[in-house]
Amino acid sequence: MKNTRIVGTSVPRLEGRDKVTGQARYVDDMVLPGMLYGATVRSRIPRGEIKKFTFGPGIDWKEFVIVSPKDIPGKNCIALIEDDQPCLADGTVNHPEEPLLLLAHPDRYLLPKAVEAVSVEYDPLPAIFSMEESEGLSQIIWGTNNTFKSYLIEKGDVDALWKNADYIVEGEYTTGAQEQLYIENNGMIAAFDAQQGLTVWGSLQCPYYIHKALMKLCYLPADRVRVVQMETGGAFGGKEEYPSMIAAHAALLAMKSGKPVKIIYDRMEDMTATTKRHPSRTRHRTAVSKDGRILGGEIEFTIDGGAYETLSPVVLSRGALHAGGPYYWPSVRIRAKAVATNAPPHGAFRGFGAPQSLFALERHMDRIAQAVGLSPVEIRRPNFLKPGQTTTTGQTVREEIDLGRLLDRALELSDYHAKKKKFAEENQQGGSKKGIGIAAFLHGAGFTGSGERYLGSVVGVEACADGGVRVLVSSTEFGQGTKTVLCQIAAEALGLRYEDVGIAQPDTQEVPNSGPTVASRTVMVVGKLVQSAALGIRQTLRACGLLEDSYSPEEFCAACRAYVAEHGKFRSIARYEQPDDVVWDEEKYRGSAYAAFAWAVYVAEVKVDLTTYSVSVDDFVALQEVGKVLHPVLAKGQIIGGVAQAIGFALYEKVIWEQGRMQNGQMTNYIMPTSADLPSIRVYFEELGNVHGAFGAKGIGELPMDGPAPAIVNAVEDALEVPFDSIPLLPEDIFDALAERVD
Amino acid sequence: MSKSSQVRAKCEISLSVNGQLVTVRVHAMERLLDVLRHELGLTGTKEGCGEGECGSCSVLLDGILVNSCLIPVLQANGANIVTIEGLSTDGRLRVLQQAFLECGGAQCGICTPGMILAALHLLKEKPQPTLEEIREGLAGNLCRCTGYMQIFEAVAEAGRRGATT
Repeated sequence: MKNTRIVGTSVPRLEGRDKVTGQARYVDDMVLPGMLYGATVRSRIPRGEIKKFTFGPGIDWKEFVIVSPKDIPGKNCIALIEDDQPCLADGTVNHPEEPLLLLAHPDRYLLPKAVEAVSVEYDPLPAIFSMEESEGLSQIIWGTNNTFKSYLIEKGDVDALWKNADYIVEGEYTTGAQEQLYIENNGMIAAFDAQQGLTVWGSLQCPYYIHKALMKLCYLPADRVRVVQMETGGAFGGKEEYPSMIAAHAALLAMKSGKPVKIIYDRMEDMTATTKRHPSRTRHRTAVSKDGRILGGEIEFTIDGGAYETLSPVVLSRGALHAGGPYYWPSVRIRAKAVATNAPPHGAFRGFGAPQSLFALERHMDRIAQAVGLSPVEIRRPNFLKPGQTTTTGQTVREEIDLGRLLDRALELSDYHAKKKKFAEENQQGGSKKGIGIAAFLHGAGFTGSGERYLGSVVGVEACADGGVRVLVSSTEFGQGTKTVLCQIAAEALGLRYEDVGIAQPDTQEVPNSGPTVASRTVMVVGKLVQSAALGIRQTLRACGLLEDSYSPEEFCAACRAYVAEHGKFRSIARYEQPDDVVWDEEKYRGSAYAAFAWAVYVAEVKVDLTTYSVSVDDFVALQEVGKVLHPVLAKGQIIGGVAQAIGFALYEKVIWEQGRMQNGQMTNYIMPTSADLPSIRVYFEELGNVHGAFGAKGIGELPMDGPAPAIVNAVEDALEVPFDSIPLLPEDIFDALAERVD
Repeated sequence: MSKSSQVRAKCEISLSVNGQLVTVRVHAMERLLDVLRHELGLTGTKEGCGEGECGSCSVLLDGILVNSCLIPVLQANGANIVTIEGLSTDGRLRVLQQAFLECGGAQCGICTPGMILAALHLLKEKPQPTLEEIREGLAGNLCRCTGYMQIFEAVAEAGRRGATT
């Protein structure tokens, strides 16, 4: 990698000043003249036919704007992959948080009472709540067989494996739903004007997803729908698809009332009604040689998609593509399936299926180690993918990754061997037991397979009248540092100062569609496009004779000013083109699943208190290869934040379900890690580079969500000599398992 | 306002906010958070959970760190309130705000105002806090982005630079 001036340094976060002074404007901070407040009447049963609405006494209903499905100008759906999810249930209810009616009123305090006063009569239908019930087909609630999507990945002859295997190791692993729990609840404001059309402002990740959904729902052409992102207080995938629903609701109320309408969810509505991480079940059956080599295996990966398809096929795909992890499988068969239940649809959450299938795999590797009589280190090392070998989809590893060396460094940084020995001795006595566990994993950056080609993202960079350039993307900032890093990339590409580059607020009227801000794609894919669009500006300025071959930032800015003064507005556009070495067969699910992978080995050290049965993580080493680190402070922040969220996934965050409804939709009883709960999380990077990313960068945001949970549960097994195959792992689970052992 | 809204009686409340005396006519049981945001336009104070768990709405009330979503405004009558807007009135960042910026203490920014007020409160009590004191002092303020480590760094750094000045 060549030397860089700005990329690789920790410049100030672009919008950081506004954030530390309280000046940053989030959607709830915005008030429009004459604005009404909106609220949603939801079903309270998991499945049934709606018979009748009654608007109860004590409310002056004439003051309210009421929207029902008949007020929808276009198609009653939230357009995404399939159009199966209605905007408002029309006759049938499929989960207990389904929106039925919308209300708006100038006084926000009256809305909760009004929502309460609407009663609904139903003819209930039998509902299903587990993957097993869904697979049993006792009730068909979606399509012909309750299956949103299934995939089959095959490599080699798996059926021939079993007779020659020295060991056949089986295991079943499950993960629970997890709430994204961004601290800013979802919210939207919509305004409608017969001339200008519909505008929505909100907390969101993907402006063009909402744009598409509103066009279909409101039957409006593209140029009459405008979506503007406000500062967004965390998202983690949780603001990928559900904001389209809230935007749709605010839009319908605004169109009917002729006034701007704001809908802000309170915490409980946000937790119970919006998406969560898909619960999963993974079954492994692995053939292993006596020296610990994986000969091949079968993996069955199933996720619970909830009542509508939404993004489940894509989550399933990523989960399936990560199910083999960073290991070489001479042969493998992966069957993946997303099934329907009568719960609110599960959705995008950092990692997007991979944390689920990688939890299973990395627990299973420890189980294989025990079966063969090797250590967790010894079982992993010989099975690591090496350059030139192929992944489960037959993708050849072209990066010069040395996972054995990554493992050695992680073991050294965590003092793994010494600690393992020490804990084994100390665990003979005392009221607590300690353990240490590892997880090795990978995360594919960017959209899966042909996804980036279908997206065909477009990025603009424009020369400004006052000198300098401005980046135009629909990629959104919600904490990761999108704006900062994209400005660094443009400044680096053009030899400018960081201060010479600005970036437009995502607004579909102003920025091209650079794709959704998901899938760890922004820095790698969009960043690369920013780099090439930026170079287009320089090329033009040179072609016009306004810029010499070598120039200072001041000269570049002067050339921009001169160009704009003479010719007017000037934008350079770059469009994604699939690299030649990224070839994917969607039918057979074979080929280059991802343009690049980030690689990691994490080590967790835990202590289990034998009085309270609580687990504390005492030390955590996160070592990863993510290509070039473009901004060390932001990159480190991504890793620590992801590890913290994954510690919650492993040890704290349990969604309690009853009849398809989340029962603990409050921060009081759904527990995320506080500042007092986390260990020091030690972050280390290796930088191999990546030809497909801007200045050698790869994706980084989701990777840290994948590894902590299995590393922690492996450490708990090391401490207690009891295997746990299900997360979240709560003190009561440990108590039960230890009590059972005593019995 | 509609008829339905007129039934709630209002009263006059006076309080000092960021050094300025203000008088508002509000319902006595309205949350201090709502009065700050809606009546006074001080939207830097954020609502995260509405039940005192997350700390996003933290403000200083007579020097004490409180969750403004749990304070009926009547309780703040005559009190001295400091919000995030009161920290850099001259347009210059406070040492603590600068440290948050440099160390990566703010990501999405929604918990940041409350977190900074909690940190300021901590630094007033303990100008050079240990890591354990920082962990304890900020335990009432949830952050989902950072995993807290860079916030700890920011607070420790601000302590070293003399944040209370």
